[in-house]
Amino acid sequence: MIQSRRIFLRNSALAMVGMGTAPLWLQRALYANTGSAGRKKILIAIFQRGAADGLNIVVPHGEKAYYNLRPTIAIPRPDSGDAQNSTIDLDGFFGLHPSLAPLKPLFDQQHLAIVDAVGSPDPTRSHFDAQDYMESGTPGLKATRDGWMNRALPRELGEVSPVRAVSLGATMSRSMTGLNPAIALQSIAGFQVKDAEAAKQFENMYMGSKDPRMQAAGRETFAAVSMLQSIQKQAYTPAGGAEYPRSNFGNSLKQIAQLIKSNVGMEMAFADIGGWDHHVNEMGQHASEGLLATRLADYAQALRAFWQDMGDRMQDVAVVTMSEFGRTAHENGTRGTDHGHANCMFVMGGEVKGGRVYGQWPGLERDQLYENRDLALTTDFRDVLGELVAKHLGNPQVNGVFPGYSPKFVGLT
Amino acid sequence: MRKKAAIALVCALSLATFTGISAYAGKKNDEQARLFAKQIPGAERITQALNRLTFGARPGDAAAVRSMGLKKWIAAQLNPDSIPENPVLTDKLKTLDTLAMSAEELVKNYPTPQMVKQMVAGQMPFPTDPNRRMMIERLVVKAEKKQGQGDQVNPDAPQAQPLADVLSREEIRALRTGTPEQRRAAFQSLPKDKQDDVIAAMAPGMRQGLFQNASPEVRRKIVMANGPAQVVARDLMESKLLRAVYSNRQLSEVLDDFWFNHFNVFLDKGADRYLITAYERDVIRPHVLGKFRELLEATAKSPAMLFYLDNWQSVGPNAPQPRADAKKGRRGLNENYGRELLELHTLGVDGGYTQKDVTEVARCFTGWTILQPQRGGAFSFNKRTHDSGEKVVLGVTIPAGGGIEDGEKVLDIVAHHPATARFVSTKLAQRFVADEPPATLIDRMAQTFLKTDGDLKAVMRTMIDSKEFWSEGAYRTKMKSPLEMVASAVRAVNGDIDYAFPLANQIAQLGQPLYRKQEPTGYSNSSREWMNSGGLLARMNFALQLTNDKVPGVKVDMAKVTKPSDPTSGIALGSPDFQKK
Repeated sequence: MIQSRRIFLRNSALAMVGMGTAPLWLQRALYANTGSAGRKKILIAIFQRGAADGLNIVVPHGEKAYYNLRPTIAIPRPDSGDAQNSTIDLDGFFGLHPSLAPLKPLFDQQHLAIVDAVGSPDPTRSHFDAQDYMESGTPGLKATRDGWMNRALPRELGEVSPVRAVSLGATMSRSMTGLNPAIALQSIAGFQVKDAEAAKQFENMYMGSKDPRMQAAGRETFAAVSMLQSIQKQAYTPAGGAEYPRSNFGNSLKQIAQLIKSNVGMEMAFADIGGWDHHVNEMGQHASEGLLATRLADYAQALRAFWQDMGDRMQDVAVVTMSEFGRTAHENGTRGTDHGHANCMFVMGGEVKGGRVYGQWPGLERDQLYENRDLALTTDFRDVLGELVAKHLGNPQVNGVFPGYSPKFVGLT
Repeated sequence: MRKKAAIALVCALSLATFTGISAYAGKKNDEQARLFAKQIPGAERITQALNRLTFGARPGDAAAVRSMGLKKWIAAQLNPDSIPENPVLTDKLKTLDTLAMSAEELVKNYPTPQMVKQMVAGQMPFPTDPNRRMMIERLVVKAEKKQGQGDQVNPDAPQAQPLADVLSREEIRALRTGTPEQRRAAFQSLPKDKQDDVIAAMAPGMRQGLFQNASPEVRRKIVMANGPAQVVARDLMESKLLRAVYSNRQLSEVLDDFWFNHFNVFLDKGADRYLITAYERDVIRPHVLGKFRELLEATAKSPAMLFYLDNWQSVGPNAPQPRADAKKGRRGLNENYGRELLELHTLGVDGGYTQKDVTEVARCFTGWTILQPQRGGAFSFNKRTHDSGEKVVLGVTIPAGGGIEDGEKVLDIVAHHPATARFVSTKLAQRFVADEPPATLIDRMAQTFLKTDGDLKAVMRTMIDSKEFWSEGAYRTKMKSPLEMVASAVRAVNGDIDYAFPLANQIAQLGQPLYRKQEPTGYSNSSREWMNSGGLLARMNFALQLTNDKVPGVKVDMAKVTKPSDPTSGIALGSPDFQKK
């Protein structure tokens, strides 16, 4: 009885939301709870575009070969005497790049887990193909039309929030493309037609379009617009003294936090952070300077701010980061690295079993390298994502999310 | 209808040996083939031509094509030199003086703050043009003043002039208050030599207030005062939009957009901010209807590409090493360009090359470098850093002992490779015909490519003469890119662009910042890229803003447009129909 009453309430209230007449409290209450299990779980995926150099991010400082392969761009050992410019030790073998210092407390509190020597088994070293494979969740298969996140949305009976899946940025990410409604959003405040009369006319035109793609996009858009109306006018102040960096990525995470805390029913978000393709001068004079250090500082500060801002809500959230492939184990001739193979992933969340570096380390001796040049792969990225989909989101259909592959859980959750 | 279904059923049954799935795929392909075979009627052919071969129809364009004859119009578009350029465009481009400059001149005349510092230190010459020199000297004064703050004041620095020293109180008040027209009049009434001082002394906010109503010359001084290096990027964006909107050689402009994107470079990567002007002007534009091999070589030898894909620093194993400085490390190979040349510029990712080929190609291009890229230097081949060992590229042996010809040989191999013919044809067909162009069309275009030694005009002709181009499978099936949307909207309302930078910002909002695609892939040619909620909302808002005459720099006359149903109303320009081409 209670259950059906709730569904009734949800559906009729959703109809009101659709018409833009629902009071704020009702809109919020709608998506705040789903039964005895409490609030819905939220999955956030971060893509580091350009192939981040995993070996200088999670530094195998216990591996002698690492220092031999990278005479000028290796991150110095933790005991080098210059703490600002040395690896931050994690477990005696692995450590973090010094610019990741803001994330160290999260690791220590066991809310941040790292998976190393992980990635896509496909051998491609093309940015485009590798990103495509990772985002579709089907390495080697180009024909897959939808993205893994779209398929990973748990099946729901009845209505779902129009902002259930949000891709940050001006274009829809490949990861979130698919049959389930998902929206691309640059900013919460800008997500509206700025003239109410015109908005109505546009809505009618898009709904009436004979082009099914336009019609579907229009329906999703205007439903999301009415959903977000209520939170557009409020200025957002991050909690816990969080300071997001003034960067695209910082801004994306801030909006994600706002969406989560406004209880508009978001279950999934995607954001990317570009600029990781460091063929030249990856490191400056010191380890804490240069191209990679700058990217990592932005990355770490934004994630740290998000963590602080979310506070207790982090219990519902898991954040996972990935990059299309790693980079050559040896440095190239221009103080950078070329396209490689395996990489690292970060998983952060209230219920994540953090404080550990997961995965089997394959070693960096020549015969241990993939094609004699790159870090070999020992964990498939779908094992990490699959576990989050199955155990964090509670979606039992994980084989449908990664067709043709059965994820072997890593034990992160 | 029923008859057609019956035929389809017979077709499906005749594929009895196929599995269920391929029978379905077969059926879908049949449907596709039917759509690409079915020709659109005559009246729609003109619309199709204007949609695909231009940046959208202006009022009167369709009638003009009809009276000229579609065939003749297309022939002219394929021979852009035969079309007199629009004097309106020529006039509007006149103030954008960076467009004609060499990279070296750009660096000198529009320096970054660091370069201004170098000029002060005597490490770089000041510009020769007296006006610009004056503007830069003022910047120097300002920079030194800023540096002086906190530190001790440099006693040799000339005194920076605050606004109060240049103008009377009344004059300052007139510039700060009143309508934009009044402010403009107040500024214009100042003597010419004082105007420069005033701009330099103004706070940025006050400058911006003057901007909107200022003459092109004064606007330029304002931008210059905000930072000379910005002028170069702004001029590129201004010119791209002005040409898209006003050029009579529309197909040539569409192709410039296509080929720049195919050989993408990124404005914000270091020295490239000064190298792209010459790249677009001298490398891309002259070759868009020429031979692919020449276009390819022009990109390979362009400082913009050499810098963007790092090849200028890639050297062979016997290259002289910098002094034994452990921190600097050994210089060596960088395979970035080698890979993208094969994957993105020529063969395509499935073109049948291996990692070994990538490395071998990279070896062939060692020594292809730039002299002083930060000063706008030119391409140069450095024999001493070239790897002269033997290489094998795609099965072809390139003997030891070669020089610059090693790289040129690679360009020969890939430019004439069947995979390149297919890859280039597929991309063109995807841009001009359909998101998923039919294989039969690609085959014919690729054949033309191979038969004509990569003559891009011939390939375009094969495509435009094809039945697929004029079919229902193509007609109004593609979504406009943000650049196409914005340019076509301005064209549809006959907008008068005074300055185009705000339009360029709109395009960035819609998801396609011009000259700022960081990845070497360029923007996707497929509609799918642009079909999303945030992007659609931004398009609707832009349409309203434009037709309400609220986009700075563009004047539109909407006096005659009264109903939302008018084809050039804001509602019409934001409608689903207008997003398609």
